[in-house]
Amino acid sequence: MTGALVAHQITVRYDRQRVLDRVDLRIAAGETVGLRGPSGSGKSTLARVLALLRAPDSGHVTLDGQRLPGVRHRLPAAVRTRVAILFQSPRAATDPRLSLADVIAEPLRATGTPRERARARASELADLVGLTPDLLARRPHAVSDGQLQRACLARALVHRPAYLLCDEATAMLDASTQAHLAAVVTDYQRRHGAGVLLVTHDASLMARWATRVVELPAGGRPTD
Amino acid sequence: MTTTAPATTTTAHGEHRPTLLDVDGLTVRFRLRETVVHAVTDLRLTVRPGELLAVVGESGCGKSVLAHALLGLLPGNATVTGQARLHPPAGEPVDLLGCGERRLARQVRGRALGLVPQSPATALTPVRTGRRLLEETLRAHDHSRRDAATAADRLAVDVGLDPADLDRYPHELSGGMAQRLVTALALAPDPPLLLADEPTTGLDRPLVDHTLDLLRRRCDTGAAVLLITHDLAAARRVADTVAVMYASRLVEHRPTEALFDTPIHPYTAGLLDALPERAFRPVPGHPPMLTDLPPGCAFAPRCDRATDICRTPPPPMPHGPGRAACHHPLGASA
Ligand SMILES: Nc1ncnc2c1ncn2[C@@H]1O[C@H](COP(=O)(O)OP(=O)(O)OP(=O)(O)O)[C@@H](O)[C@H]1O
Ligand code: SF4
Ligand SMILES: [Mg+2]
Repeated sequence: MTGALVAHQITVRYDRQRVLDRVDLRIAAGETVGLRGPSGSGKSTLARVLALLRAPDSGHVTLDGQRLPGVRHRLPAAVRTRVAILFQSPRAATDPRLSLADVIAEPLRATGTPRERARARASELADLVGLTPDLLARRPHAVSDGQLQRACLARALVHRPAYLLCDEATAMLDASTQAHLAAVVTDYQRRHGAGVLLVTHDASLMARWATRVVELPAGGRPTD
Repeated sequence: MTTTAPATTTTAHGEHRPTLLDVDGLTVRFRLRETVVHAVTDLRLTVRPGELLAVVGESGCGKSVLAHALLGLLPGNATVTGQARLHPPAGEPVDLLGCGERRLARQVRGRALGLVPQSPATALTPVRTGRRLLEETLRAHDHSRRDAATAADRLAVDVGLDPADLDRYPHELSGGMAQRLVTALALAPDPPLLLADEPTTGLDRPLVDHTLDLLRRRCDTGAAVLLITHDLAAARRVADTVAVMYASRLVEHRPTEALFDTPIHPYTAGLLDALPERAFRPVPGHPPMLTDLPPGCAFAPRCDRATDICRTPPPPMPHGPGRAACHHPLGASA
């Protein structure tokens, strides 16, 4: 059986409002699934459930056939790090006290990688995403939003995830940076056989990038 | 200061119109521990009443710094030189770079020159609801208490926000809702010139179009908007002219259709080729380091038209829309 990250019958409520209602979604290794739907249809919530950041109210996630018992730190690091997510706003997703080099290396340090190795891997990834060396010593406030998002992509790839979830991750980027990051992701995907989820409002980007598109209607029941 | 910026420009058709904003030689440097960041260099541009000017360019090229420089909002490690004059239709011209913080705070920011900031979530005061923020802004700009309440609802509707959502606190807003709220806050004082820095981030397509049309309508009634956007389709939809920035400089400023149909700067052509509906090919090479720019054209390392002469700076661009700063512009015989 080939690997897949799968959401089974996921239901999520915020307060009394149900944002996802028994949703199924499958991301197979090597494919790029586009997920679209109106504002508020629960695309980001579904992405967070698949990223193992949020427990659903009912339903479950399987990773390469294995049913996952929980989320976040209740999962062993070796499982957790197989899925990475990239959000729309890099400001909200980075610690303002860290240099960009440390932002990228942070997940390695969290799993106990030796300092030198972490540093070498961070600068290799920085180059891959197009961050010039002068930016690595700076903190988030001294770089632009687009430069910070490049650092977030490098951080997302640091543990070589098998699944990468991009939630409007290039929505705030200029065309060239967007095409560059898309090429970085696609190249990574080809080399590692990774599965990619692409959440975007941009129809041209969806048409160009996704290999298959799933619609999530308001109220959260998808039609494949 | 020895020179005074002219109060009129000659447009492509030779007509004279008063300018609203006149920027000449604007330069911004940031001092960091061991280096200097060249964030904006010798930038010239004018904005006329009724004009919607879009500024586009690669991430990190200096677009937001340009907006913050005009508003006196840069951090302490920044040095700003050059000229920037605002000629509000009512009232005295303002020397934006020289008039001082007091005058900027009291008479300029918000009132004469508005800003929709790029990171809305961090721009909102967390302990006040949207309604309270909006009504305070309206009352600071000559609305009575009663009038402010209705005006707040109207502004919410204008930006595509449900007035009921004004009663939420900033942390209860989605990214797109926060974006619409900061846009409403910037529109509240009805400034003659609005600097909108990525005002459509986080919005879905119908709301993007709604916001763009709102900015367009402002210009059609005589106000002006400087729209900073990474979204080339957005620029194309509403802008009269588009200015392309690369490595801290403006490299091409042209009427919108002309720029999209026949770009003349190689960087503009590369940026357009990166669109997913065109080649989806990034501009080759890495973006430049603003701490270490070459003396000549900064695009040379990525440019397939570069020759020896590109090691010298291309001639400066004229004030108004029309040309590009390049030794070998596209479409010209080599
Ligand atoms: N406080 C600061 N100190 C040093 N450098 C800074 C500071 N703020 C911004 N910069 C640098 O100035 C340059 C211009 O930044 P700016 O935020 O204007 O980019 P931008 O064109 O708006 O990019 P984006 O499209 O990603 O928003 C960038 O290279 C950035 O790293
Ligand atoms: S000046 Fe030379 S290097 Fe610069 S864009 Fe023009 S041709 Fe290319
Ligand atoms: Mg910016």
